[in-house]
Amino acid sequence: MANVEISLPLPVLPEGWAGEKDFKSIGQLSQATDRNIEPIGPHFLAYARRKRHQRTFSEDDRIQAQAHVKQVEDEDPDDIDEPEDPLMLQREAKDWKSQDHYAVLGITRHRHRATEEQIKRAHRRKVLKHHPDKKAAAGGTEDDQFFKCIQKATEVLSDPVRRRQFDSVDEGAEVEPPSKKDTQKGNFYKLWGKVFEAEGRFSNNQPVPKLGNDKSTKEEVEHFYNFWYNFDSWRTFEYLDEDVPDDNENRDQKRHVERKNQAARRKKKTEDTTRLRRLVDDALALDERIKKFRQAESAQKNKRRLEKEAEQKRLAEEAAKKKEEDAKAAAEKEAAEKAAKADNKKSKEAAKNAAKKNKRVVRGAVKDANYFHASGDAPATQIDGALNDVDLIITRIDNEELAALTSKLNTEKDAAKIKGIFQEEVKRLVGAGKVTEGELKSLA
Amino acid sequence: MSAQTDPAQRVAIGISFGNSYSSIAYTTGDGKSEVIANEDGDRQIPSALSYVEGEELHGGQAKSQFVRNAKNTAAYFRDFLGQQFESIDPSPCHQSAHPIQHGDGVAFGIRDTDEDKENTVTVGDVTTRHLKRLRSSASDYLGKDVNAAVITVPTNFSDAQKEALKKASTDAGIEVLQFINEPTAAVLSYDARPGAQTADKIVVVADLGGTRSDIAVVASRGGIYTILATLHDYEVSGFKLDQVLIDYFAKEFVKKHKSAGDPRENDRSLAKLKLECEAVKKALSIGTTANFSMESLVGGVDFTATINRTRYDLLGSKLFAAFTRLVTHAVEKAHLDPLDVSEIILAGGNSHTPKVASAVRSAFPDSTTILAPSTSSTAINPSELSVRGAAIQASLIQEFELEDIEQSTHPMVTVTPHLSTAVGVLCISGDESSGIFHPIIDAETSLPVRRTATIATPREGGDVLIKVAEGSRHIKVTKPESKPKSEKEEADDEDSDEDESDEEEELREKTWKVGKTLSEAAIRGVKKGGKVEVQINIGADLSINAIFREVGAKGGIRGIVQGHKTNGST
Repeated sequence: MANVEISLPLPVLPEGWAGEKDFKSIGQLSQATDRNIEPIGPHFLAYARRKRHQRTFSEDDRIQAQAHVKQVEDEDPDDIDEPEDPLMLQREAKDWKSQDHYAVLGITRHRHRATEEQIKRAHRRKVLKHHPDKKAAAGGTEDDQFFKCIQKATEVLSDPVRRRQFDSVDEGAEVEPPSKKDTQKGNFYKLWGKVFEAEGRFSNNQPVPKLGNDKSTKEEVEHFYNFWYNFDSWRTFEYLDEDVPDDNENRDQKRHVERKNQAARRKKKTEDTTRLRRLVDDALALDERIKKFRQAESAQKNKRRLEKEAEQKRLAEEAAKKKEEDAKAAAEKEAAEKAAKADNKKSKEAAKNAAKKNKRVVRGAVKDANYFHASGDAPATQIDGALNDVDLIITRIDNEELAALTSKLNTEKDAAKIKGIFQEEVKRLVGAGKVTEGELKSLA
Repeated sequence: MSAQTDPAQRVAIGISFGNSYSSIAYTTGDGKSEVIANEDGDRQIPSALSYVEGEELHGGQAKSQFVRNAKNTAAYFRDFLGQQFESIDPSPCHQSAHPIQHGDGVAFGIRDTDEDKENTVTVGDVTTRHLKRLRSSASDYLGKDVNAAVITVPTNFSDAQKEALKKASTDAGIEVLQFINEPTAAVLSYDARPGAQTADKIVVVADLGGTRSDIAVVASRGGIYTILATLHDYEVSGFKLDQVLIDYFAKEFVKKHKSAGDPRENDRSLAKLKLECEAVKKALSIGTTANFSMESLVGGVDFTATINRTRYDLLGSKLFAAFTRLVTHAVEKAHLDPLDVSEIILAGGNSHTPKVASAVRSAFPDSTTILAPSTSSTAINPSELSVRGAAIQASLIQEFELEDIEQSTHPMVTVTPHLSTAVGVLCISGDESSGIFHPIIDAETSLPVRRTATIATPREGGDVLIKVAEGSRHIKVTKPESKPKSEKEEADDEDSDEDESDEEEELREKTWKVGKTLSEAAIRGVKKGGKVEVQINIGADLSINAIFREVGAKGGIRGIVQGHKTNGST
């Protein structure tokens, strides 16, 4: 039989691989499906010969064999049988635009969810039942109006484009939004969920998020409302168009009607968009979860605010305390400074007084030393020079040195000694560079 | 006629008995099937019978009686056989004799004798008369008395319908050797061509007939066929295509001759219109334009018009699209992907229409071969597919005892386990994650089965590992990377629309996912450039008996993987 050629190379045997006689059985095949092979062709005959070995099978074997075969031909499932409304059977075919095509075919349970196959099956079922030729043959009337309705319904529903157009305006699939009163009884999710599920059939984006329940998270709810506020709908209103006259009639008239239809469609589309928006607004307004989230959020905010306030209070308190302490410290400092200042003044004054006194002493000492004159009354120039020199010294030295000098001079009455002290002082001053040598002539 | 003839005396033909057309074929001595033309020269013989003053007209002659003798013309009755009146669809018979309720079954009220009274003729009787005419045509052609046949039936023909057909044929002097399904007969007629390979493939047989269309997905595994899924539609049909043309020409007629009235409102005009439209439809399959011409269409007004193929393609586009959808649905129903389908056989008279083939072509990848007259020059005439298959089958089994045939075609024999996943080897690497699975036996292969494969080895030879595993098919969908944004910005608004349509295309690939490992084997010391042969036998009990050996070498390694049930007789 067929030989498969595989050009991809086999893998190299891994190191250490070992099996009994170089073979290892690892797994078992998955369960097989029982199917009927077609009893046709030379290969089948060969197979049959091998299988039978000229045996005949018992009845039991036969039943057994048939029991598990996977069916290929599907039985007609009873999911599309609905009782027919006698009023619907009276319909005129010319009013096909107003008929509920799903009801005519008996598939109102599925509506826009009905598969192409279901529609076909439903149509077939209706045709078998309502074919006018059959009715006529059975002695009935030649009334084929409902049959035409069936044909029209199938024509619309089996064309994907026309079916969408009908689904767009299918009132049977619409769910009225519940009143405010109803939702306040606590079944918001049940009532609105249906509304959104029904509206969701128009969505270009599938899957449509569900309304959820009161346990939905904030993200889910936000996603839900975002989805609905940005809803992308395929809903169109061609189905409600006025009939365009046939092409061999007036062309202008035809174009006029076409334009009118276009405008009407656009208008309806806008209206529908606003309707949906209002609907979502209403739902959003009634949604307890939004309140809940808002409360949670405000609670969160409050909490944060309180925390912030507490923090601020604490900071303020701290600042006040600090300020107080600062003030206290400043006051203390001021007081201390004041006191120090007062002290300073006193001491300064005292020093001044002392200096004055010292100066007087120094000057007196000069007088005591007979103005550094050797003997007798000192001439005026000498006195003058000596006093000038002493004054110079006084101005050049500070209070403490003055005090030191004073204390030295205080007890001395001996002129020579006094002069010696002065000379010493002058020497020190010259050393310190405060006076130049030769400036003080009398003390030289 | 006795129902049981001696097999040695049998002259068996194949009969395809359709609602609109029937055909007969035989197999020549060298195994070729030939379709037999009747005395009118028709190979597709309309399934119609008409009675004029007690004279029976058959085939094309009866069909032309739709115009003047509609009430006494019975047609489109195949599907009524063995059915209750409640469950038949009389739509196709609107322009011929209407079916009426008769006891448990269906009948026609026809004036079939020269007496002026209406007789009730059951569908079984009508069928018998039709088959008798077919039999006599075949006998005349072959020069031998035909007494047995293999008859094709749709896959959804119930046992009651088969029983009724069997009875009708027996009454017509034809021993029914076997009923075979139309789609498999079509596959067989292709596979029985000399030189045809019986490869493992998935074949879709799409039959666009006169009153219905039937799609079957068939797994063909080494000449053994299994139907995986079927789909039937009574709304997508050649009738509907005729209707499209009828409406078109009726409108054209009304435009030209306003006073004459709509030909569709007059039964006779409608019948004329319908016959001519069918002829136009056939002409458009061959040429690109066709003429419609009918004398005295309505009220003595003649009408001629031309139509080109493009116009017709446009008018019928909805039906072509619906048919294509039907084919893809059937593939889905079999849990397969268009990529799995290797061949689509278009059958039924309307498959001559080039647009049908091109519409189906566009829905399937390039790897799928479409077998239709307009796409393949070697295609068999789609109208003759099933009858050829029947003729081949008839030649194969005509020597067998009836009892023997019945035993062999019984579910006891035909019901077999089918592999649920493909079985193959891992190439390049023994690791499941990086190895590439290559199937040796495809899924849905009937057991027991034997397949051999020769596999290349690494260039330098040496020791190799052969890992046998199950693999499941996956469809990898990759969207082509969208163009860089800068390019888009540069593009003007005018051509942005084109860009959008380009982006929608996605790449679909068939990939294999490695499943359960079944066994491992080693072959040591493979010569440089050597090849390894793997033979896998899977029994009905799911046991695997594998033989691995280097091509040309002696011996080899044998291994057995135990199965889990023991109900097979092998």
